Amino acid sequence: MIETPELKAFKTLLKDFVENEVKPIAAEIDEEERFPAETIKKMADIGLLGLPFPVQYGGCGGDNKMYSLAISTISKACATTGVAYSAHVSLCCQPIYQFGTEEQKQKYLPKLLKGEWLGAFGLTEPNAGTDASGQQTMAVLEGDHYVVNGSKIFITNAGYANVYIIFAMTDKSKGVKGISAFILESTTPGFTVGKKEKKLGIRGSSTCELIFENVKIPKENLLGKEGQGFSIAMKTLDGGRVGIASQALGIAQGAIEETVKYVKERKQFGRPISAFQNTQFELADMYAKTEAARLLVEQAADAKDTGDKSLSLKAAMAKLFAAETAMNVTTRCVQLFGGYGYTREYPIERMMRDAKITEIYEGTSEVQRMVISGAVLH
Amino acid sequence: MLKILVCIKQVPDTNEIKIDPVKGTLIREGVPSIMNPDDKAGLEAALRLKDKYGANVTVISMGPMQAQEIIREAIAMGADDGYLLSDFKFAGADTLATSTALCGAIKNFEYDLVIMGRQAIDGDTAQVGPETAELLGIPQISYAASIDYKDGYFIVERKVEDRIYVLKAKAPIVVTVLGESMKPRYMNVARLIDVYRNKQINVWTAEKTNTPAEKLGLKGSPTQVKESFGKQLKAAGTVMDNLDPQEAAKVIAKTLAEKHYL
Repeated sequence: MIETPELKAFKTLLKDFVENEVKPIAAEIDEEERFPAETIKKMADIGLLGLPFPVQYGGCGGDNKMYSLAISTISKACATTGVAYSAHVSLCCQPIYQFGTEEQKQKYLPKLLKGEWLGAFGLTEPNAGTDASGQQTMAVLEGDHYVVNGSKIFITNAGYANVYIIFAMTDKSKGVKGISAFILESTTPGFTVGKKEKKLGIRGSSTCELIFENVKIPKENLLGKEGQGFSIAMKTLDGGRVGIASQALGIAQGAIEETVKYVKERKQFGRPISAFQNTQFELADMYAKTEAARLLVEQAADAKDTGDKSLSLKAAMAKLFAAETAMNVTTRCVQLFGGYGYTREYPIERMMRDAKITEIYEGTSEVQRMVISGAVLH
Repeated sequence: MLKILVCIKQVPDTNEIKIDPVKGTLIREGVPSIMNPDDKAGLEAALRLKDKYGANVTVISMGPMQAQEIIREAIAMGADDGYLLSDFKFAGADTLATSTALCGAIKNFEYDLVIMGRQAIDGDTAQVGPETAELLGIPQISYAASIDYKDGYFIVERKVEDRIYVLKAKAPIVVTVLGESMKPRYMNVARLIDVYRNKQINVWTAEKTNTPAEKLGLKGSPTQVKESFGKQLKAAGTVMDNLDPQEAAKVIAKTLAEKHYL
């Protein structure tokens, strides 16, 4: 990415913000499994929650390259905050912006982009994970509203979000083409947030079940047309994967930064361990991989900005490679830290725990391989 | 509506500066330039007045063209407008020539309040604020920790060593602000994008200051830097806590005797 004066100023802002507002509480929110609501508020105050959207809807007029950079910079210090941000922007604001009617955009985007409201996305169900087509949540049109019954699991930002993009079957006989997307406000009667998951990593992010019991969603909150839900979900996830790829990239970059600092200080056999060839070669490999991931992520963000038809492929490659790099890099960094790396005294074990989810959510690495091979063999 | 001018300076980030071990001089290459921290606090003070009462905040800086960056930063933080005084005629200015140029520029505006940082981290003189006030012929309050406004008067907390004076002064005045007193806000992303994509920074030459050339830059500078050198590091002192005055006096006397001062 060419560093324009604008980008340079933006990087300075992000660095300051992360250093002062995100990093100091990263260990604490992990330890306490606490959602960083105060950080999200501060991010809203400086405009980050509406970064890649037009000013007319309350956004900043930035692009996806800047947004990707924001996620990776935040995730260098705290992957929990990174995913809360990514879910809000990529999975809630983006589909409303991309598929919503003008009325829906006017109604929801200003509050979401200014961060007065937080957004979430509910697709996954107990029996519909990678096979998202197996939706069991039902939406039946009755007069001027849909009546929704069913449940979702593993929903990021659940309980804190004011707006959810949810998916439900409106016509079971049509299979995938019978799925529809809806904009649901959290205050709608019959909607409740269920059990909160206890997780290996990104422990501060709120991951819960959503329960719908005769939830009446007004007809005008149908997103797109009836039957377009699956397509909306897949297109949304293509963009979301750029977000998660950026998060994974940030985790890897953050781990390397911490490790570089550590190996220069840690002495064994009378020398800093950075003087040993094993440390040097490990760092060289990790750095080269992470830079390769960065280039794939930037390419994918660029594809999103330019409306490139190969976004799906580019996002899948970025997510696959960045996620596996994050897992690989953080595991090797823990090894370089030795025993200290296994303790919570240092952030590196948290980074390793956080990295794992990037290989799973918003499409597992296996799904990304399916997308990539599908494009290659086409 | 209040009209506030804030003078800001671009300085090398002295936290990032290293000393050349051989020559003993500052290594300036690769050192990032930043908005002087006291000036940034001054801008924050102005923006708080804007938040509270509504105000038009204009920033003024003097420096090379690259100082436009801090004007953009100031606008991204919330300032309404910015002016850069940039001209070879300003080069080599000491504090008097700088104040003269700023005073000349300020006279182009209507204003209720001029805010400056207490001092700049590259020069540390703390002279430009007070000198500018003298040249403008208006009252000044230095070392301000906060600024408030009521019925045509500014109420300023002036913090000096062990005490705080609360002063009231009728507009227009000059106030110099302490850096540590106010945590500056972050730039707003929407404003940042807007200022880089859609805004021209006003650049003024010496002509706009309406000042004779011999009063500006090197020609107008009675002080000149003879030599710069790094300070020798002193060993850290010893802190003795929890001593009553008598014990403390004994320790001091003993230490002075050991070092043959007594």
